[in-house]
Amino acid sequence: MKLLRLEPGHGEIVLAEGDVEVPEEERELIEEFRRQLDLGMAAAVPTAPVGGRRQAELVKSFEDVPREADRVIFFPRAAGGCR
Amino acid sequence: MGLALGATALFALGLLWQVAMPEPRSALSRLRRRMGRSRDSLAGGLVCDPGRERRAELRARALLRSCVNEGEWAMYRDLGFLRVWGGLRGEGAARRPAGAAEYAYLVYPHKPIVAYLPQTETILGEYCVTFNAHAGREGLSRLPDADDVLAKWMLLSADERDLLAQANMHLPGRQIDPDQVRRDIRSLSQWERQAGGRRAGSADSVPAS
Repeated sequence: MKLLRLEPGHGEIVLAEGDVEVPEEERELIEEFRRQLDLGMAAAVPTAPVGGRRQAELVKSFEDVPREADRVIFFPRAAGGCR
Repeated sequence: MGLALGATALFALGLLWQVAMPEPRSALSRLRRRMGRSRDSLAGGLVCDPGRERRAELRARALLRSCVNEGEWAMYRDLGFLRVWGGLRGEGAARRPAGAAEYAYLVYPHKPIVAYLPQTETILGEYCVTFNAHAGREGLSRLPDADDVLAKWMLLSADERDLLAQANMHLPGRQIDPDQVRRDIRSLSQWERQAGGRRAGSADSVPAS
């Protein structure tokens, strides 16, 4: 699983990468996940069901991330604009 | 005699200084001004590097392509925006009365999301959201265009209601010329007709939740 973040002026960067089945790597992924939420990021998991339409799910904790997900994308939280 | 020669030499040196030095002095001051501007630009994160921006956009496009449906990617690539159907699954679909008109959104990079009725080309409103709260490590605050579209797509796809709650809603025409939106809607219809054989557009466009 990769944790990516949409970075202004840069595109995505890889924050962490690891195997959720390896306890040590999972712990690192969880720590980075929480750190990003603390920084005010939103997290989404792109999903691609077999034969289905691609969509995304918002996740608010690492436990919400499907074990089989290959990436979680962090991005700045949406705020009202254009005033 | 020697005194007169010395005085003349000093006078000549003074003249030479006046003639020769203004240029180096102005060159020095130009250099200082340039350095000052450079420092200011770096401090404010306003350095424009088209190469870096292009690389960022290419990265963002690759990520967008890997997340959205094939037809949606082609739509963005060809038209510069995405169309996302509104409320066609989950709670939205359940609540909409039978026979109610379908609605959709046009998702533009760094512009409001436009809600409209495809059947009548009626523009319902503009939803303004930004993702600029976090300044990037290079001092730039704007996501690349394709990342901005991806973030909106993920939010619409995952939680349409929440996105609309976050957005500032405005009447049509506040930010985007309604005539331009109608032209885009027609371009999209034409594009879908042309791409029909390639299963693009409505066949695999993701509805909002």
